[in-house]
Amino acid sequence: MAAQIEVGRPHQASLVGPSIREAFRKLKPSWMLHNPVMFVVEVGSVLTTLDAIRYLVLGDGRSFAFVLQIAIWLWLTVLFANFGEAMAEGRGQAQAAALRGARTDTPANRLVDGQVTVVAATELRKGDLVVVAAGEVIPSDGTVVEGAAAVDESAITGESAPVIRASGTDVDAVTGGTRVISDRIVVQITANPGETFLDRMIALIENAVRRKTPNEIALAILLAGLTLIFVVVVLSTEPLAVYSGKSVSLTILIALLVCLAPTTIGGLMSAIGIAGMNRLLQHNVLALSGRAIEAAGDVNSILLDKTGTLTVGNRMATEFLPVEGVDAQTLAEAALLSSLADETPEGRSVVKLAGEHYHLTRERDSMPGAEFQGFTAQTRMSGVDVDGRQIRKGAPDAVRVYLDTAQKPNGGRQLEDMVTAIGRQGGTPLVVADDTHGALGVIHLKDVVKPGIRQRLSDLKKAGIKTVMITGDNRVTAETIAREVGVDEFLAEATPEKKLEYIKREQSEGYLVAMVGDGTNDAPALAQADVAVAMSSGTQAAREAGNMVDLDSNPTKLLDIVEIGKQILITRGAMTTFSIANDVAKYFAIIPAMFVPIFPGLEALNIMHLTSPESAVLSAVIFNAIIIPLLIPLALRGVSYKPVSAATLLAKNLLLYGLGGLALPFVGIKLIDLAVTALHLVVLHG
Amino acid sequence: MTIPGILGILLFTAVAVAIAKPVGLYLYAVFNDGRTWLDPVMRPLEKRIYRWTGVNPSQEMRWTQYFLAILAFNLVGFVVLYIFLRIQAGLPFNPQHLKDVGPHLSFNTAISFMTNTNWQAYGGEFTMSYVSQTMLVVQQVLSPITGLAMVVAFIRGFSRKSGSNLGNFWVDLVRAVLWIMLPVSLISTLVLVAMGTPQNWLPYVSAHTLQGPTQSIAQGPVASMTAPMQFGDNGGGYFNMNAGQPYEAASAASLLFQSLLGVSIPVGLTYYFGKAVKDTRQGWIILGAMVLMFLGGTLVTYHAEAAGNPLLHRLGLKGPNMEGKEVRFGPALSSLFETLTTAVSWGSTAAANDSLMPIGGLVPLFNMMSGEVIIGAWGVGLLGMLAFAILAVFLAGLMVGRTPEYLGKKIQSFEVKMAVLAMIVPTFVILGFTAWAVSSKGGQAGIYNPGPHGLSEVLYAYSSGVGNNGSAFGGLSAALPFYTWTVGLAMLFGRFAMYIPALAIAGSVSQKKTVPPSAGTFPTNTWLFGVLLIGTVVIVGALVFFPALALGPLAEHFALWAGHVFGGGS
Repeated sequence: MAAQIEVGRPHQASLVGPSIREAFRKLKPSWMLHNPVMFVVEVGSVLTTLDAIRYLVLGDGRSFAFVLQIAIWLWLTVLFANFGEAMAEGRGQAQAAALRGARTDTPANRLVDGQVTVVAATELRKGDLVVVAAGEVIPSDGTVVEGAAAVDESAITGESAPVIRASGTDVDAVTGGTRVISDRIVVQITANPGETFLDRMIALIENAVRRKTPNEIALAILLAGLTLIFVVVVLSTEPLAVYSGKSVSLTILIALLVCLAPTTIGGLMSAIGIAGMNRLLQHNVLALSGRAIEAAGDVNSILLDKTGTLTVGNRMATEFLPVEGVDAQTLAEAALLSSLADETPEGRSVVKLAGEHYHLTRERDSMPGAEFQGFTAQTRMSGVDVDGRQIRKGAPDAVRVYLDTAQKPNGGRQLEDMVTAIGRQGGTPLVVADDTHGALGVIHLKDVVKPGIRQRLSDLKKAGIKTVMITGDNRVTAETIAREVGVDEFLAEATPEKKLEYIKREQSEGYLVAMVGDGTNDAPALAQADVAVAMSSGTQAAREAGNMVDLDSNPTKLLDIVEIGKQILITRGAMTTFSIANDVAKYFAIIPAMFVPIFPGLEALNIMHLTSPESAVLSAVIFNAIIIPLLIPLALRGVSYKPVSAATLLAKNLLLYGLGGLALPFVGIKLIDLAVTALHLVVLHG
Repeated sequence: MTIPGILGILLFTAVAVAIAKPVGLYLYAVFNDGRTWLDPVMRPLEKRIYRWTGVNPSQEMRWTQYFLAILAFNLVGFVVLYIFLRIQAGLPFNPQHLKDVGPHLSFNTAISFMTNTNWQAYGGEFTMSYVSQTMLVVQQVLSPITGLAMVVAFIRGFSRKSGSNLGNFWVDLVRAVLWIMLPVSLISTLVLVAMGTPQNWLPYVSAHTLQGPTQSIAQGPVASMTAPMQFGDNGGGYFNMNAGQPYEAASAASLLFQSLLGVSIPVGLTYYFGKAVKDTRQGWIILGAMVLMFLGGTLVTYHAEAAGNPLLHRLGLKGPNMEGKEVRFGPALSSLFETLTTAVSWGSTAAANDSLMPIGGLVPLFNMMSGEVIIGAWGVGLLGMLAFAILAVFLAGLMVGRTPEYLGKKIQSFEVKMAVLAMIVPTFVILGFTAWAVSSKGGQAGIYNPGPHGLSEVLYAYSSGVGNNGSAFGGLSAALPFYTWTVGLAMLFGRFAMYIPALAIAGSVSQKKTVPPSAGTFPTNTWLFGVLLIGTVVIVGALVFFPALALGPLAEHFALWAGHVFGGGS
């Protein structure tokens, strides 16, 4: 299942066949109408085909051969565009099919007044209670109201490691189609049949093509407007040519229209959008609307939770600081021994630090006779009594009380200074002591920044996005981490209300805000944010409030989402610019071809030195057609995006797609003309 | 081309750029309640006008109200002018006893002056009485101001952070008249009189020429008409020959003075724009793009004119093309003025455009086809350029990975729809009417020259109408009913196809939140954007009109240099 979810290259080849069939099916005019640019091309194809038939009937073999070739390439233009769209849809449908496989019609154990009755999953309604035991599939979406269980969510996330779902926690939401591996839970159903997460996901993927995003709508209007203008240009060209002395043939006029119409972007626009949604799905993120993906590209500020997103989950020991007169090795050993029984992540990090930096390893089992004390919230110390020596490690005030009671030196001012200094840096100090020397030194615990996160945040800054760290820590601690990670702002001692207020304030200044959330208390902020990514592991409330769901529950992924959003917009913009810049060269191919019979002097505009008017027109039409399949891979993959400032990005893309779009067709049309000439596809003299 | 000629053109351009900031600052003071030295005189007058007319100056208008106010104002102007032209014979101040103006011509002229086109299908000195000429001046004073008010309202839409109001049209109108139009017209009238332009109410003078025949020398209130005509980029000259008549432009210095007068408000507006949106670089980049395109066009025209006519060269007549040019002005100044006439859209001419070389005529034609945005007339030029900026931002803006923004306002489907509309209508009108004219008897009857030159004449007429330019290529019987009506309609479409979408965009963006700029914002205050803007204007303009231009000036150019002519004329 996992492999099927991550649809990518393996499926590409198998999609080609069905996509070709689909490309023909999409020729239906009722379908083509949703894309005015390509509809115009289709009408042109029909007209040139009729024109070819007319020449055939008239017995004009030379004209028939030429017009027929134009007609064929015009049909191919439409088919290529349809094929691109079908490829993109095909990828989505493969994903939808994989998901549909998970939606098996499982029997459900409905709990009514303490009685279990077996019903079909489709009969479940919102509010019903069902019992799911180990080995059973959860019949529908819901919230765990009783018990806790390990759940295998690979059917949806592709992730094989089971996750814990427990009632009354932040991870109480379960998804229909996933399997309980251990224990037994009671689930309250939260979705009616057809409205479940899985249902919505499938529907979204399947319908992606029909929903246009705001930017797509605006672009579609522009493209339709341009096409309309070019229709008028071509229509008015005929009377102007007649006035000038000679009519231009229908086929050449249509060829001009099709070459001028922005067919490249018009043909690939929906493929770009669908491919973008698929790319998100490959990242295991489900966007509930295309609008949300686009908004992700527009985001100005990103709210990131400190813990789990910017830093690894817990604080870690990073340093042993001995008091005067104690050597570091002694302190490290005492720290290690006193932490062997400390099962907290902090305790384990002390063991790890001692091992990595002081090459000290000890096992509990290798110390018979030692008496271990684990860390508890009451004592706030852990330790060991070994060989008549008591070693303790814990919160400074707890250790101080212990030492004062034992009447041992408590480190005095020096230790106190060390403790305060660590606190000031945003770290957590732990004091290590034993009952012979008293205080030995301090362990410095601090947040450890996730590897690579600094770089990503600085990338975002380059792209003009403000990063904001959200943390429950106090200001001092927050500030230290904020500086270390490189966020622009931080929100210390954050509460759900504070988060909501912060988002509202940002929005009132015109910013678009993105955030990640999981708990129920995040729901209001998620609902307020413009891009709200809910963790799949989170509560149902959070999932409903977000407009994207991250199936992997990896908060750092918000950064990927922003990049994908930008990439879609860039791809669309690049192809629009490319498409329009292309027109210049096509004009220089077709205008002389059209008007040289009237004014021979206009041959001077044939700067590409194309062989004959017919070869020029045919070459322009062929270029116009084959550029579409050549760009399909780019449309599906998206143009490369590296986070840099908009000015740099604009300069680069303008050079590549603007100037490139201006120059490339000159070369392309010339090469095609050489081939057309070599193959004697058309009559080669005027 | 001569070095002094090129230097002269460059110098003029440099002066035009230099006055942008002072003029812009003055405009800013006028429209944003700043202090000006005219306040002691004008403030009390302004207050009195509001009291008389019942205008509440603090009441702002939504875009629809603002548009309706403009519409009502223009309609009244049209009706009043039409009536005066129709009954001028019965009115005083008609020493030449000129007849009433006919209905077709009155319609055409009233539309023409109301829309700030000043297309003249008549010769002023043999058609208009002194009263009529004065009524034309009234429109020359008022019609540029509607354009100015438009752009001021449009900029308010972009610069305001919230709300849906664009200001009060009546206030903008009154302030523009009192602080800008009247004082500058008054002073420049005096300057023109000092330079030799007549200003009187006397009958025409009869003179006996050396060759014997008698010549009637027209005169009248010439300076007071020429000053607002040129300052307001109207172009409706007192005389048929316009600035080519020595009474209208008494010297090259007078012509240059008039030219500077004409560019002053349009260049100043670009600075005003930058100041209003709190980033003067935004204005400088727009002006930079305009000036570069203008200079390029002027030098192309100058080159074509200086190169002269190859057919005459073959006969041993070397030198520049002097046909239809004032000897006083020569090819450099004539090229400058004729490019300016369609760039700044004042439409008055100092040379016969019909006699320009094909490429020399192509430039003024292209200036109009691209929407008269290369500097452009009061307000509408900048407005058109900002519409192009919106289009450029939308075309390329997606390439930075954000929903396109201009000046912090998101450009979405509504704005795109309106910008496309502003682009579609002129195209349809120019190409549609031209196609109709060249394929109908009524249209063909008015074309003097056969072949591509005739096509250029027709294209020029409709481009001039749609662009509200008013200059004529010539060689076309503009007074034929076919042309008075179709050009009249072109002027109307051209004017309102610009007003409605522009105000609609302003109304829409004024309600949008302004997104503060960041490193991720598409930069519109850099040279790169200037280049992109030029690219958009040139490519979009060229793409649409390339076939027509190929059959007109380009075909004529290549034929001419191949030694082929198309005959005609007389």
